Amino acid sequence: MREDKGIFYRIDWVVVGLYLALVFIGWLNIYAAVYNDTHNHIADLSQKYGKQMIFILAAILLALGILIIDPKFFSQFAWFIYGFFLFMLVVVIFSGRIVAGSKGWFAIGGFGIQPAEFAKMATVLALAKYLGTLDVSLARLRSIVVAGTIIMVPAIIVLLQHDTGSAIVFFALVIVLYRAGLTGFVPLAFIVLPILGVLALVVPKLILVAVLLIGAGAFYLYSNRKLRTIFLIIAIFLGSVGFVFSVDFSVNRILEPHQRNRIHVLLGQVIDLKGAGYNVNQSLIAIGSGRIFGKGFLQGTQTKYNFVPEQSTDFIFCTVGEEWGFVGSSVLVLIYLSLFTRLIFLAERQRSRFSRFYGYGVASILFFHFAINIGMTLGLVPVIGIPLPFVSYGGSSMWAFTIMLFIFIRQDSYRYELV
Amino acid sequence: MERIYADRKYIIIGFFLLIGLFFLARLFYVQIMVDKYILSANNNVLRYVTQYPARGLVFDRNEKLLVYNEAAYDLMVIPRQVKNPDTMALCHLIGIDKAEYINRLQKARSYSPYRPSIFEAQITRDSYGFLEEKLFLFPGFYVQSRTLRKYTYPVAPHTFGYIGEAGPDIIENNDYYRPGDYIGISGIEKSYEEILRGKKGMKIRVYDVLNRDKGSFREGKYDTASMAGTNLYSSLDVELQQYGELLMTNKKGSIVAIEPQTGELLCVVSSPSYDPNLLAGNIRRKNYTLLLQDTIFMPLFNRALMAMYPPGSTFKLVDALVGQQEGVLTPETRYGCPGGFPLGNGKKVGCHPHPSPLDLIGAIQISCNSYFCRVFKSIIDKKTFSTTRQAYENWRKEVMSFGFGKRLGIDIPGELNGNIPTPTYYDKYHGVNRWRSMTIISLGIGQGEIGITPIQLANLAALISNKGWYYSPHIIRAIGRKDSLNTAYSTKHHTLVDTRYFDIVVEGMADVVTGGTGRIAQIDSVVVCGKTGTAQNPHGKNHSIFIAFAPKENPKIAISVVCENAGMGAAWAAPIASLMIEKYLKRQVKRKDLEDRMINGNLINGKLPENERGQGNFLPD
Repeated sequence: MREDKGIFYRIDWVVVGLYLALVFIGWLNIYAAVYNDTHNHIADLSQKYGKQMIFILAAILLALGILIIDPKFFSQFAWFIYGFFLFMLVVVIFSGRIVAGSKGWFAIGGFGIQPAEFAKMATVLALAKYLGTLDVSLARLRSIVVAGTIIMVPAIIVLLQHDTGSAIVFFALVIVLYRAGLTGFVPLAFIVLPILGVLALVVPKLILVAVLLIGAGAFYLYSNRKLRTIFLIIAIFLGSVGFVFSVDFSVNRILEPHQRNRIHVLLGQVIDLKGAGYNVNQSLIAIGSGRIFGKGFLQGTQTKYNFVPEQSTDFIFCTVGEEWGFVGSSVLVLIYLSLFTRLIFLAERQRSRFSRFYGYGVASILFFHFAINIGMTLGLVPVIGIPLPFVSYGGSSMWAFTIMLFIFIRQDSYRYELV
Repeated sequence: MERIYADRKYIIIGFFLLIGLFFLARLFYVQIMVDKYILSANNNVLRYVTQYPARGLVFDRNEKLLVYNEAAYDLMVIPRQVKNPDTMALCHLIGIDKAEYINRLQKARSYSPYRPSIFEAQITRDSYGFLEEKLFLFPGFYVQSRTLRKYTYPVAPHTFGYIGEAGPDIIENNDYYRPGDYIGISGIEKSYEEILRGKKGMKIRVYDVLNRDKGSFREGKYDTASMAGTNLYSSLDVELQQYGELLMTNKKGSIVAIEPQTGELLCVVSSPSYDPNLLAGNIRRKNYTLLLQDTIFMPLFNRALMAMYPPGSTFKLVDALVGQQEGVLTPETRYGCPGGFPLGNGKKVGCHPHPSPLDLIGAIQISCNSYFCRVFKSIIDKKTFSTTRQAYENWRKEVMSFGFGKRLGIDIPGELNGNIPTPTYYDKYHGVNRWRSMTIISLGIGQGEIGITPIQLANLAALISNKGWYYSPHIIRAIGRKDSLNTAYSTKHHTLVDTRYFDIVVEGMADVVTGGTGRIAQIDSVVVCGKTGTAQNPHGKNHSIFIAFAPKENPKIAISVVCENAGMGAAWAAPIASLMIEKYLKRQVKRKDLEDRMINGNLINGKLPENERGQGNFLPD
């Protein structure tokens, strides 16, 4: 086989190439987003683009480090790593500092480290480890509960840090569970329930209930009409109706005011261009004014004159949209889609169950960030502050995503040895 | 084994691609399909700063500068940028108290904390000098330059008019004007607004999210330069205007002088007057109110264009012309004057003692009331007309061809029609067919319902000197260049009276000055033709009126003078007209005694000594 060859002959250069492309695009756009006439060198360390360059260099060093670690290490120490980061998540609640309302940061020198970013990687490791165990079958309730717990524990701790965005990301791992054999109803529910929730807020409830009733009737007519199926249809129907009526309560009582505002703004029920709707409106103005080819590098007026808040981090996609236009934005979207499909392809060729599920986990987490982040800048998803992987400014996310990705690249490079 | 679930990878990849395609579609919509975002982006960062052009200058007929622009400065404030200023120092510099300072800042803040508001408008250049040195002490304040209209000579305010900010109704109906723009509100500033204003320019500046100026947009590629307004060459002789205003000191009335061959106005004096600089800049509002409140002198009232007087005996010239044209009068026609014109009911139109009977020249010279009552009666009672009404309508048509009873179309706004009564008016007043020539006989001596403005009177003198035609009087002779004549005034208007009938009237007017009612108007070596008039005034003393032109051959100036409540035409109007003619033709006045008496004569406040009224032994008219 290829064990005699060096690591550089074994790693998947397609993924590495896509990774480097994203990192480079991110760096250029951070430069444009926070461009400062008096410090216009892209490596000026007093500016965010200079710092991002350091983050990138450090991330590459981390990647190289991971590539020389024994690939068996990650599956063997998966539980330990998971445990370690759960511990860190708890510690940060008590000793961390508050950034943007979230209490999830360790201050180390001038930088902040956000354990939640690393916890995603650790959770993927643990989940893959568990699902890779031979006697686990997600057809059994016990396995579902264990897998669910692995995902929910870090999510709940992160939620306690008031970092709702990062907490939601963990739900992306349902894709891994689905691939591992979980019934399709669960991921379907993840897609259908948000849609039903939006409809519940927009459409009169009685109409919605009538539509659900018709749907249930249709299912019954096309079903095998066994008692079990009928019960299932009735249960789903009643559950849906209950959900519809609980949405108002959830939105008004459970969500925090700023989250509630973001939902109302997204649904167009509140037009508040100076308050909750400001970010999204300015974001759409930036992207929309880019037209086909964009305004050109460093020529975006929305970007240059700071109309979009958080533009180097969560709203970095605006800069791409404004300065590179439809062409540039589409290229970025296509790079991501290529990365995700490549990761799925690589995952499928793994012989080790651990490696395969880990690959799915990486793809799911990255995809979820991509979908929420770009959906948010395009005004399709409520404002949820999570970074665009490899592109947004920030050390923690850059390092955590890099480590997560390169662990998989490392696994893939030894796919013949790992069983 | 999860192998049985391997097909699920297609569902997962499909889901990823579906979301990706959805994003691409959304991008296509936002970036290519709709325009509103690019417009919003421009609104966010671009500010269109108007470049105000310098307004056109105005020169007099000898190219003396009359109206120009002076830099003025608006003190602007951006409330958000104001930081711990030395409030008292600033208040002291612009002369307000602290309460006013707080009030103004509050007003500006309520407009917008980020955008500039005017804090103190139109600071003069002198005050600006002090302010500029200290301005760095007051962050958030800066100065924006503007121009202020200035008048070299403090004369002719009614003619020049004034400018002010365009009102909401103008802004709504005219695309050119934006809030804060200036527009001519009266005088030539109004009538020549589109020529004087020039063309506004636009500078596009880029502002960031905190409204900080970040320089010009694309290096000024899309900026447009402003174009200065066009200069106007006025026909006004500013020295004559000044002299006229001097002579009218403490008198109510007006002087209008016209160059007969061209219709160019040489002066338009309306007294009492005021300094046009009073209505320029930020003092306008206050001064305008003061001037408006002066209901005794009514300085804002442009008497030259808007006051209507019965023309009195000056109208006898029109009788003489229309009578000849109608064939009821020849130069040889003689009428006796038994000390007045009997009205048939025991009353009569009085006349003063004079040789009798007189021919036409003599009647003009002596201004015989009886003579012209008969002339008027013969016009109205002419046999060719079957009714009085028809004859009157014919008379009225001919009189109106002299420019009476309608606007002359001059280029100073506010001109009034005057009044030549319609037959319908008499029908209403006396009843249909219940009025005859004798009913309206006072028209024959320029009294009664007839109303004529001073400018129409001056135009009468001009058209007689031209022997039957006139150009509409106008104050702007050329636009842009000195030789680029104002094309709006190139139409010759002919009266309905033949040229040949004018000679005898001109002779009569010359005799008025050489040996008639207007002898006081004589000037050495210049043949002046004139006619006195005394307008009866039911509200007080008679108005003194005189019209004249000179020289008799190739006339250079035609003039009308009206002095309200000043008595007979020869008492004030005739000497003032004469001095004006002398000033214009000879550039200096030799008759210093007469000049002093006219300047010092106070017909408004002071009581005129009894003996002064009779001075000069005027013949009554």
